[in-house]
Amino acid sequence: MTDRVDITLIINGRSHAISVEPRKTLVDAIRDDCGQTGTHIGCEHGICGTCTVILDGEAIRACLMFAIQADGRKLRTVEGLADGDTLHPLQQAFIDHHGLQCGFCTPGFLMLAVNALEHNPDIGDDELLDVLSSNLCRCTGYQNIVKAVKAARDQMRGMKG
Amino acid sequence: MTHGNGSDYPPAPPASARRVLGHAVTRIEDLPLVTGRGRYAGDINFAHQLHMRVVRSTKAHGKILSVDASAAVAMKGVVAVWTNADIADLSPIDFRADKNATGIREFRQPALARTYVRYIGDPVAAVFAEEPYLAEDAAEQVAVEIEELPVVMSASDPPGEFEPGRSSEAIVLHHSFGDVAAAFRDAAHIVEIDVQTGRHSGVPLETRGAIGIYDAARDLLELHGAAKIPHRNRETLCRMLKRSPSALHVHESHVGGGFGIRGELYPEDLLVLVAAMRFGRPVKWIEDRREHLMCANQGREQRHKARMALDKDGHILGIEDEIFHDQGAYIRTHGVNVPNRTMCMMTGAYRVPAYRAKARVRLTNKTPAATYRAPGRYESTFVRSRLMDAAAHRLGIDRVEIRRRNLIKPSELPYTIAFDEPGVEALDFDSGDYPALLDKALAAYGWDALQADLKRRRTAGELVGSGIAIFMEESGRGPADNAKVKVDPDGAVELITGGASLGQGFETVMAQICAEALGVDYRRVRVVHGQTDLIDHGIGAHAARATVLTGGAVHVTATMVRDKALEFASELLQTPAADLDIVDGTVMRKNGSGGPSIALADLAKRMAPGSKLLRGRAPQLAAHGWYNTDHTVFPYGIHLATVRVDGDTGRIAVERFMVAYDVGRAVNPLLIEGQLVGGCIQGLGGALSEEFVYDETGEPLSATFADYLMPTLREAPDVEVLLTEDAPSPRHPLGLKGAGEGGINGAGGVIASAIDDALQMPGAITRLPVTPQRIRTLLRRRAGP
Repeated sequence: MTDRVDITLIINGRSHAISVEPRKTLVDAIRDDCGQTGTHIGCEHGICGTCTVILDGEAIRACLMFAIQADGRKLRTVEGLADGDTLHPLQQAFIDHHGLQCGFCTPGFLMLAVNALEHNPDIGDDELLDVLSSNLCRCTGYQNIVKAVKAARDQMRGMKG
Repeated sequence: MTHGNGSDYPPAPPASARRVLGHAVTRIEDLPLVTGRGRYAGDINFAHQLHMRVVRSTKAHGKILSVDASAAVAMKGVVAVWTNADIADLSPIDFRADKNATGIREFRQPALARTYVRYIGDPVAAVFAEEPYLAEDAAEQVAVEIEELPVVMSASDPPGEFEPGRSSEAIVLHHSFGDVAAAFRDAAHIVEIDVQTGRHSGVPLETRGAIGIYDAARDLLELHGAAKIPHRNRETLCRMLKRSPSALHVHESHVGGGFGIRGELYPEDLLVLVAAMRFGRPVKWIEDRREHLMCANQGREQRHKARMALDKDGHILGIEDEIFHDQGAYIRTHGVNVPNRTMCMMTGAYRVPAYRAKARVRLTNKTPAATYRAPGRYESTFVRSRLMDAAAHRLGIDRVEIRRRNLIKPSELPYTIAFDEPGVEALDFDSGDYPALLDKALAAYGWDALQADLKRRRTAGELVGSGIAIFMEESGRGPADNAKVKVDPDGAVELITGGASLGQGFETVMAQICAEALGVDYRRVRVVHGQTDLIDHGIGAHAARATVLTGGAVHVTATMVRDKALEFASELLQTPAADLDIVDGTVMRKNGSGGPSIALADLAKRMAPGSKLLRGRAPQLAAHGWYNTDHTVFPYGIHLATVRVDGDTGRIAVERFMVAYDVGRAVNPLLIEGQLVGGCIQGLGGALSEEFVYDETGEPLSATFADYLMPTLREAPDVEVLLTEDAPSPRHPLGLKGAGEGGINGAGGVIASAIDDALQMPGAITRLPVTPQRIRTLLRRRAGP
């Protein structure tokens, strides 16, 4: 058992001062030390993507990072997507298009999609499929996830005017 | 009426005549899930909880010589390390249904291995520590000495010894009817196949987990993180832990997919409960992915040596099948349900005069196997499809035509298949028009034009082909379920069921059924499920039962409340009940004729205990109702697929994939399509890439997602869904049949059929999954010497 290190994780704009072992993964720290359990753990070896969060503007797998590597950096998780009671267009689109069944992969897909759309609001269909194929879903067969993300993309493009 | 029974009901009206039933409304369960406020087992925490980590066998078969936990126990923060000696009084994990128990009880799994370990992953010891990382560190310090024993790695190999004096061929099961000998003697043609479905499983994205907590103040033991069949599990747990039902409760929160494999009782569930009682602290266990891939129920691994007898016109005279069922290391809660369902459903939607099947249930030194979505049906549909394609080739009859000739005609329904063996229940197909669905599917797919197109492409050098598989599903098995419905004084409706949600949309479907009967907005219905302390009986969610059986109970109960509301409202409104309707939560005259009305909320207030309106009648706008049925209902479907084989890499591209499915009556087409599409893609995984592979020593080689390959978006075709309502069930008040397992049922069969066609090698596919390596072997064979 090694000594703990004091770090600060800034999640959705809020600072969490925590004390963790150097080997503690970022996803475990987000969930257990910061109490933000919306980000899930599916494989712990970087393949399924359910742990996807946005770190300094990049979608990353939080199971493949150590918490200490994210010290002082800006993290965004699914809990930060809605604006109070107003859902993010992606969240609403997932509901409208039945893009989730058990919901376990959903936070990961949401963060992955949010990041892609923020980087490129005009992202084409092929590139979008490329991005979304990073994450696994076992329930939906992906069809409605793609529908939802495309709908949100189109709607958000329309909103920009 | 306090209960409905399963006799024939009048035909249920279609969606257009309904307010919310049959409509593709969005789900009421989604909000917490899209905002990260779900509560899966891993999200549940109790103060002062301990964390459990299981020490697992690293040998596939052996005798435990010693377990040395001294180093682990010495670590600061490690509370205890248990072996079987610490839980010696605990029986092995029981079967759910005792009727399957004869002769196989000896093959049950103990919560911790006592003398023998039988698969890599078999629990040997349990570490309890203050923190999860520490528990894992400590587990690595536990030294287990095992004297290795020979392994049996295939159900096709001669059986070995499960234990001294006991064969690893646990039992041989039989299903038969008719005169099979005569069928084969008189046959104009006999086709024989030797085929296998590979070992794979549901592999939900959420791994298994359980939290045990003992409330000493109330002498109440609780299991959190339950799933699938809370009430049945509680029964088993009470029996094993010798507690009465009111002293043990099971709680389900959010569940990240089940597919049949989550929610059965596993060693770890027992361990956290016993530990919680013994330590007086909550005990939490969450497995990692590697553990899941080695320890959660696997399935599908069967070899079939099957043959079919046909007359000169391609009519089936008989089917005979010998099954080698790879059960893995133990027989778990399902007993031998899977091989039984395989044999039972083998004849599918065809008229088969004679049948004989034998299933050798053989234990091997692999992860134990049990039910996985459409258990026994994925396997039997694959076998039956292979037989039909073989027959088509042998007789020179078109693959579709030979199927059409053998389909049971609508005029023959209800159609009963009774088996010779006592205790084997008959199949009683309630309603269906299989030829009509076949026609619709072929037309929607453009099958005929496609054949010409594929022929042209093949001539141009592409390896393309199409396939078909027709399947029968079963759902809604009884005997009974119940529901409690109450209208609050503010008009909200509380619906308490004994159901379970695995992500399939259970809450929304039940809310729709309740809202339809009661005349309220479905979004005002709060659906409770998975809490054994709130309702005493429930069937959970499995075997496509929830919509039919629990839905039936919800319908009956909501109708009781409706009747009660109209009875009291009629007194208040001075109008006969027959002239009243409930629209959006308000009782009013039918057909918008105006006049006095009263909101259900106000009615509920007026019916509070002590109210003068009651005049001796029971208070509250509430009811507890039951739905009983002797009958299973039978939805059915057809898979069609088009594939392209890459001649160099051997990879299969699924260009098109369709599932045509008759669901009787749809409660929510959006959710049904979601189930069908999800099932199709899962089924494709098992057909093309998913396989649990073991080496010759029993080492699992598919213990990460880099090895166990599930379809990503790239591998998933857009599934075309043709959903029909041609054959509502006359055995259900709403005509409902289930949909949870339809999408996956024929996926293996259709892919094999399509690949044979693409390679123009009839009968080439004898084994699932059809991996690129296996295709390349076939391509080399095709190219010739």
